Amino acid sequence: MSDTIIETKRFSAYFDGRCVLKDLEMKIFAHEILGIIGPANSGKTTFLRALNRLNYLKPNYSEKGEIYFLGKNINQIKDSELRKRIGIIFALPQVLPMSIYNNIAYGPRVHGIRKKSTLDELVEVSLKRAYLWDEVRDRLNSPALKLSGGQQQRLCIARTLAVEPDVILYDEPCSGLDPISTAKVEEAMQELRKHYTQVLVTNNTKQAARVSQRCAFFLMGELIEIDETSKLFTAPHDKRTDDYIRGKFG
Amino acid sequence: MKTAQGRERIAFIILGIITFFVILPVFLTIFYVAKHSIGAISWEFISQYPRNGMKEGGILPAIVGTVYLIVGTMIFSLPIGILSAVYLVEYAKDNFFTRLIKLSIVNLSGIPSIVYGLFGFALFVIFMRFGTSILAGSLTLAIMSLPVIVTATKEALEAVPYSFREISFSLGATKWQTIRYCVLPYALPGILTGTVLSLSRAAGETAPILFTVAAFYLPRLPRSVFDQVMALPYHLYVISTQVPNMPLKISFATAFVLILLVFLMNLVSIVIRAHFRKKKQW
Repeated sequence: MSDTIIETKRFSAYFDGRCVLKDLEMKIFAHEILGIIGPANSGKTTFLRALNRLNYLKPNYSEKGEIYFLGKNINQIKDSELRKRIGIIFALPQVLPMSIYNNIAYGPRVHGIRKKSTLDELVEVSLKRAYLWDEVRDRLNSPALKLSGGQQQRLCIARTLAVEPDVILYDEPCSGLDPISTAKVEEAMQELRKHYTQVLVTNNTKQAARVSQRCAFFLMGELIEIDETSKLFTAPHDKRTDDYIRGKFG
Repeated sequence: MKTAQGRERIAFIILGIITFFVILPVFLTIFYVAKHSIGAISWEFISQYPRNGMKEGGILPAIVGTVYLIVGTMIFSLPIGILSAVYLVEYAKDNFFTRLIKLSIVNLSGIPSIVYGLFGFALFVIFMRFGTSILAGSLTLAIMSLPVIVTATKEALEAVPYSFREISFSLGATKWQTIRYCVLPYALPGILTGTVLSLSRAAGETAPILFTVAAFYLPRLPRSVFDQVMALPYHLYVISTQVPNMPLKISFATAFVLILLVFLMNLVSIVIRAHFRKKKQW
């Protein structure tokens, strides 16, 4: 772990003036998978969506403090540029009602790539990286909604990869998937470590333990503890972390 | 018949009969109008000018006039209606101003059509000096169709799942790109359906065109947008009430052509809707 990709400084978030994230201080390093665990309503998703300013789609949202992406305050980066470089995968596989090809080409197209050969290549590379190419290579023009849930979620990953981000955020990506699909998504995440920094919000502590190198525990909008995954799960400093991991609450 | 199934049967029969009464007037009207227009409908009737105090010949100028009015109405009401609905749904924040706009739209649809006619006369014909013309009539009809178009478009836009927008934003698309590629294509069938229905209603209106465009008798086709035209609904009113000794079958034939025109437009909207429903995937 070396370079800091994302850093938050005294970052707080509010919905309707109600505090959902409180004085967050944390760093995310290059090429790591950072797991974020915690019970419902602890602000995990809000944190994720704060990183690429998706929270601002809701009119009642406000925030304090700063988030730096590669040393630059994200409020000084254009939304379209920021979201291109920090992509997100949502909890439920959400594909657009168009073909597999067009789903993936959508991102590059809005960023101005029109050339057919460039798009073809991006689609192929993205699908390969998301471990979906072999399953769909002969039906790129069929509707994406015909794919199974697990395939759709990997399509969403490919779609995010196609805009060539630096960071990928996952918001409980496997909550709607069966164990085999989950395994495939996790496998894809491990492969992606070579090229990307990844943040995984999950309700499944076992998944965090399996996949992540470092792990953070959120509770009621506060960062309780962040440490290497092996340490956090074997010898947590805070009693609340210990309780949560052992399943005493949440 | 005291069992639950028995009562169910009775309720079912009553509901069925009542529903039948809904469709009855439609079929009776069409049947009645069609029956009385037999003998008057012919190729000459729709392709020739009226002659002999409108008692003979055809109704070509009225048909052409109505078509021009529909096209003119479309030109003005479509962009304004659709774009303002896009603004209201996608851009506007929920505040006093937007609530006022929404309230105005609801109220606009409650205004009687004769009031639109007077308003159009005062604003377009007199104040803006368009005279009684296709332009003034189209603008008046356009204002009248706006509330329906805005409401239909709003509903069509709101029916597009929010997740589509979220996906698009999350990939770095701008607001306009999101609307253009991720919202409008999926709202289009609903927009078209509502629009065509409102236009077909405008085609059959008499009151708004009464003072703004309609000519009593004008046996030639218009040469510019500042010309008056005859229009089917007004022509029907004229020959039914203002011309003595009018052969009844000509009135009914005119009515039949008007119904046919409106039905044709509704059919277009039904076909559009059916076509897109088959393609809809979510």
